Amino acid sequence: MIALITSIFTITLRAGTSLIYATVGEIFTERSGILNLGLEGMMLMGAVSAFATAYYTGSLLAAVVAAMAVGIVLSSIHAFLSITMRANQVVSGLCITIFGSGMASYLGQRLGPADNSFYLVGLVGPRFIPISISGLGSIPILGAVFNQDILTYIVYLIVPLSWVFLYKTRDGLNLRAVGENPGTADAMGVNVFLVRYAATILGGMLVSLGGAHLSLAYTPGWAENITGGRGWIVIALVIFAMWNPARAMLGAVLFGGINAVQFRLQAAGTTIPAAFLNMLPYLATIVVLVVVTWWENLSKRIGAPAALCKPYIREEK
Amino acid sequence: MRFVLEKRERTSQTVAVLVPIASFLFSLLLAAVLLVISRVSPIATYTAMFKGAFGTWPNFTETLVKAIPLMLTGLAVSIAFRMEFWNIGAEGQLTLGGVAAAWVALFWGLPVWLVLPAALVVGMLAGAVWAGIPAFLNAHMKVNETLTTLMLNYVAILLSQHLYYGPWRDPKGYGFPGTAPFPESAWLLRITGRVHLGLVFAVILAFFLWLALNRTRWGFEIKIIGKNRTAARFLGIDIASMIVVSLLVSGAVSGLAGACEVTGISRRLQQGLSIGYGYTAIIVAWLAQLNPIAIIFVAILIAGLSVGGDQVQMIMGLPSAMGLVLQGMILFPMLAGALFTEHRLVIMRGASKGSGEGAAL
Repeated sequence: MIALITSIFTITLRAGTSLIYATVGEIFTERSGILNLGLEGMMLMGAVSAFATAYYTGSLLAAVVAAMAVGIVLSSIHAFLSITMRANQVVSGLCITIFGSGMASYLGQRLGPADNSFYLVGLVGPRFIPISISGLGSIPILGAVFNQDILTYIVYLIVPLSWVFLYKTRDGLNLRAVGENPGTADAMGVNVFLVRYAATILGGMLVSLGGAHLSLAYTPGWAENITGGRGWIVIALVIFAMWNPARAMLGAVLFGGINAVQFRLQAAGTTIPAAFLNMLPYLATIVVLVVVTWWENLSKRIGAPAALCKPYIREEK
Repeated sequence: MRFVLEKRERTSQTVAVLVPIASFLFSLLLAAVLLVISRVSPIATYTAMFKGAFGTWPNFTETLVKAIPLMLTGLAVSIAFRMEFWNIGAEGQLTLGGVAAAWVALFWGLPVWLVLPAALVVGMLAGAVWAGIPAFLNAHMKVNETLTTLMLNYVAILLSQHLYYGPWRDPKGYGFPGTAPFPESAWLLRITGRVHLGLVFAVILAFFLWLALNRTRWGFEIKIIGKNRTAARFLGIDIASMIVVSLLVSGAVSGLAGACEVTGISRRLQQGLSIGYGYTAIIVAWLAQLNPIAIIFVAILIAGLSVGGDQVQMIMGLPSAMGLVLQGMILFPMLAGALFTEHRLVIMRGASKGSGEGAAL
């Protein structure tokens, strides 16, 4: 029984890693007042570019760097459109998703070797392998935490660091101020445009890394629609976490857990049709969203950044 | 020298038309760069795409076939978008409409004359329910509609897959995933080629929607809610019920799209119903600037991109996803261009500090 719980917990963390990366990334972006709905496209592009790079160079480091670079490019487009061009952020984000998923699918059919008719699907490349930390990895249940791949260990560091950055540093305060009241922040000498660009691009980089974890570690290799809607679940997780990186971990583990339990149930050969098990994460997202929204309306304590989705127009009359 | 953005007093018709066209040409140019990197000639590719989509009558009818669901879902989402209600669930609403129509056609055992009308109506109802849930949650509990509509897409698609792989699978289908073919009484009339009556529905609907938006109180209230919710509240508009009612209409139109697809094209429920029409609809609606009449023409253009994309795959050996990439690329310049329909760029010489009217860049 303990072995089973340990294994479910291990899979939970593995499934949750990409979600945590993307959630923390989107929290940075939204905290600055920019909503990026392009996560699904950015994660797919991160996944495909990371896998292709790993396949050809054999270097996992290069793969991670490639994914980050792609994330920077895509989020820069979103930043330019929504910050400088003051475009509708919802539509701009959707465009990133449509473009990113199309482009990822295109690259997946184009970047492969000639003997695989240029497809990336079905190839095996280098991957991140779980490394058990000696001693700690064999503890029952808790050992799951110390039996993960490097990207997961890095995320353990990113979560507290992001929390400290947002709540305990001057720059973090400025970032939150820009998202709450850009006019006042501007008057206090904060460069609103710069902060928003930086937050959107940094966030995009982390989101794309989440995608890379999928193709390099969780389900190694490239497959069409490898993200399976994770980018959208992340948008819900940000709300669930109430824009706090520390709570992002909790939500991602919860959703990773649904994945893991579903995986286990399927392996055990339940009589519940697979389709209904597969619906669980999506239905759970809706339920969580309803509960969180209801609770938020009730307590009026922590809400979305006040200036979320509002372009900042300097000294316009 | 510095650049200053000045708000236009009013957007002239010429600018409103020229900016989208310039954006479209710019996106073709952007995609050309990608094609050159892929070592194929952009001109040859675009020629092949154009010929493949509009070059011959059979090809053009195929473009129309693909355009019909885009017209209907495009109209559907445009209703919601006008109120700034981000319904990205057209895909699920369409899928469920198809599922419901299949249910009626295969299992209800209705009199022959009633099968098709009932299938279409029940399909619309299913779509309406699927859009109604997020609308209700948003209107009465402020639950984010982008997420709920999207999550319900996955639920609807999984449900339809479950049905045609499982309980509804054709026992005589040699293991092929799909339901039995519909009886002939459930076939939607085809006008020419595979172009079915859905085209007529879409055109009539576009006209009535245009009329409703411009000539009725409902249309007026929708516009006010979209422009300024606070003002709408002061005017005594019941925003919550407007959202729910309009989204029921929006969902019903998407449901009709799905019902027309299964009764007009595949004539059974099978793979290939949920292939992203609902998402492309967002592009269609946005490119058409939510104008119902423009949606009809933009849908044909975008359908041409996808039919042309398939041709490119056959002729030039490029992945068919090229069409998708192009669709995505078209929107970026369009979005950026929107700023110039509302503002004009003024170049100011010298450092005339503080004299500019608009926002400095």
